[in-house]
Amino acid sequence: MDFNDSPEEAAYREKARAWLVEAAAAHRAEHGEPKPTTPEHMAAGKAWQARKAAAGYACITWPAGVGGGGGTPIQSVIFGQEEAKAGVGYGYFTIGLGMCVPTVMAFADDATKQRFVSPAVKGEEIWCQLFSEPAGGSDVAALRTRAVKDGDDWVINGQKVWTTGAHYCDYGILLVRTDPDVPKHKGLTMFWIDMRDPAVECRPIHQMSGGREFNEVYFTDLRVKDSQRLGAVGDGWKVALVTLMNERLAVGGSAGPDYRQVMELARGLSGANGPALKDAAFREKLADWYVNSQGLKFTRFRTMTALSRGQTPGPESSIGKIISANQLQDLANTAVEAQGEYGILTDPALAPMEAAFQASLMWAPGLRIAGGTDEILKNIIAERVLGLPGDVRVDKDVAFKDMPTGR
Amino acid sequence: MDFDYSDDQKFLKDEARKFLAARCPPSVVRGVLDDPAKSYDAGLWTAVAEQGWLGAAIPEEYNGLGLGRVELCAIAEELGRAVAPIPFASTVYVLAEAVMAHGSEAQKAVILPRIAAGELIGCLATSEGPGVITPSALQAKVEGGKLSGVKIPVTDGDAADMALVLANEGGRPGLFLVDLRASGVTVETLESLDPTRGVARLTFDGATADRLGEAGQGFALMQAVLDRAAVLLAFEQLGGADRCLEMAREYALGRYAFGRVIAGYQAMKHKMADMYVKNEVARSNAYYGAWALNVDAPELPTAAAAARIAASDAFWFASKESVQVHGGMGFTWDVDCHLYYRRSRQLSLVAGSPKLWKERLVSELEKKNAA
Repeated sequence: MDFNDSPEEAAYREKARAWLVEAAAAHRAEHGEPKPTTPEHMAAGKAWQARKAAAGYACITWPAGVGGGGGTPIQSVIFGQEEAKAGVGYGYFTIGLGMCVPTVMAFADDATKQRFVSPAVKGEEIWCQLFSEPAGGSDVAALRTRAVKDGDDWVINGQKVWTTGAHYCDYGILLVRTDPDVPKHKGLTMFWIDMRDPAVECRPIHQMSGGREFNEVYFTDLRVKDSQRLGAVGDGWKVALVTLMNERLAVGGSAGPDYRQVMELARGLSGANGPALKDAAFREKLADWYVNSQGLKFTRFRTMTALSRGQTPGPESSIGKIISANQLQDLANTAVEAQGEYGILTDPALAPMEAAFQASLMWAPGLRIAGGTDEILKNIIAERVLGLPGDVRVDKDVAFKDMPTGR
Repeated sequence: MDFDYSDDQKFLKDEARKFLAARCPPSVVRGVLDDPAKSYDAGLWTAVAEQGWLGAAIPEEYNGLGLGRVELCAIAEELGRAVAPIPFASTVYVLAEAVMAHGSEAQKAVILPRIAAGELIGCLATSEGPGVITPSALQAKVEGGKLSGVKIPVTDGDAADMALVLANEGGRPGLFLVDLRASGVTVETLESLDPTRGVARLTFDGATADRLGEAGQGFALMQAVLDRAAVLLAFEQLGGADRCLEMAREYALGRYAFGRVIAGYQAMKHKMADMYVKNEVARSNAYYGAWALNVDAPELPTAAAAARIAASDAFWFASKESVQVHGGMGFTWDVDCHLYYRRSRQLSLVAGSPKLWKERLVSELEKKNAA
């Protein structure tokens, strides 16, 4: 029971750290530290990814033959830790390399793999995942985007929603309905598509938080070749499960303020009976947040331990997002309430900690929904971890076209 | 990264589970529950001593097995799972750990071998009434090496041979070892929420008291003793919480209502998923506590507090919701849910309530942040 690297891990960490020190300095000298969402930031991100790929630090667990590092899962975790410490890192590639390209690798023909995998590893092309729809969120298989066969092509019409990065992505994997006459899971097919096709239109979604980080994507008579199909016609759900298996790993933990920031805030605030930090109810909450944060940190260490021992990690990592998303919401709200009437202010120049708590308060509801809602995640724990029965499905044996629909 | 039980520790834990399944089935727990004259199961106590568990963490020079604290944590987890009706915590987590950490060579030489052999049961006597014991409220006192005062409640006090007592000496608090079999001690058994563990009132009238550790440091010593005990208690709580979730799951998978098993209803699934989440948070915090205890890390106060808070929360939640999943059956004396419900209260109250530990945790965090 300790936190020490094995000798091999320590050696790898040392090597990675040494590389990162030099690489990060060279990278910063060339690109500076551009603001997120700017074209310069994207260019810097692509350059960093290329630099990692050249040194074998991109897609560490993938074979060297496709541009990966030919390493182990624990090496990948170690590099991730060191990369975070080095303060370089770009989120553009997480979904593509974590979910989409593995799907391409599993289901595409050799020519397609040859064409796409290596450029994606090097950061030259970015991929997005087009699954969720207005009528299919938690119930993704209820999606309605339709693909109709036309000679050797498929013609696609419909709409996707909550697509991360659709506006800057080059390619996407798209799940569509090819047969509405069979039950919903059986009539789906997966394709890869070119996001630059004029028949694909991205529109940013105006979120309740005020930001526009996600997109709706519309397809109007989009033509794709049958060779762009991933997996057999009607096998789309099976293909999607391969993609989604990686989702919770890709979505990962939550950034944002934690108990340390709230403590710092409360130290300087006055409560009804002296400093807010001395308020008993507040201190109880603080203790709970600390315990949960530590719980998640050490749960990650348990997962790492399994990887380090060459074992498959247990299901314990499934608790992460349920806790972190709910805690962020509670913590942000408590911090805002502690500010009294002043808590309503959102101007970073006025609100404490540059309005981080107000921003988190408005972001947290999305976090509780993205990548599996609290409710779906609890179902997953109940069914896959505890082995409890699935929910009753009234739509299992009904042709998709005969299913009742509402809002 | 090696943040889990080792293969050897897992083996020890598996063996402990098998042993307790054979020697401590619910019928043994109920033997103590249903018999007001019994404060623990003497047969199980002897068997546990023969396994060497009482001296698991005691060095070999004092006739212990000389294993680490992580091994002791593994045993604690299994004892909690079995709701073992023995004064293991009071004897091993409190008395043995206290003597090892703070005792003189003479105290170690006398006490530790007797604990390892199963010849000496210990207890911790700090409380004197409702609420938290504070320096200004402390009444028990030692004068000329003789203790007088009343301690209530004292967990396992009716079975114990030796008590670790918080008392003033010359107006300054200290911790004292008191032989309960000597003169000047009156023991009265009391009724409690968890009759599978003994509780007593100890009245001292000139009992011989032998100071443990430094004079005047009673409260600091008590906290240091509780920090160590808290980690081990957290493992008992974790074992209990895991068993509650298993029992709930097993019952829900076999119980039909409205034409199907109740385990298929989302209200049940989400309740059990909530139990799982709390248990895993408790496990991860308990492991950190085990590490800190094992290497005597400076982080022990925060690690122990976090382990205790998470485990208390998990066991309380799992024990009460397990009753709920069992429905009317869960409320009967005959179904085992209440054994865990009772033990969850016993384990939460015995070394300071979670509220107290939360305050301690935040105080420690304040110190750390100020430094």
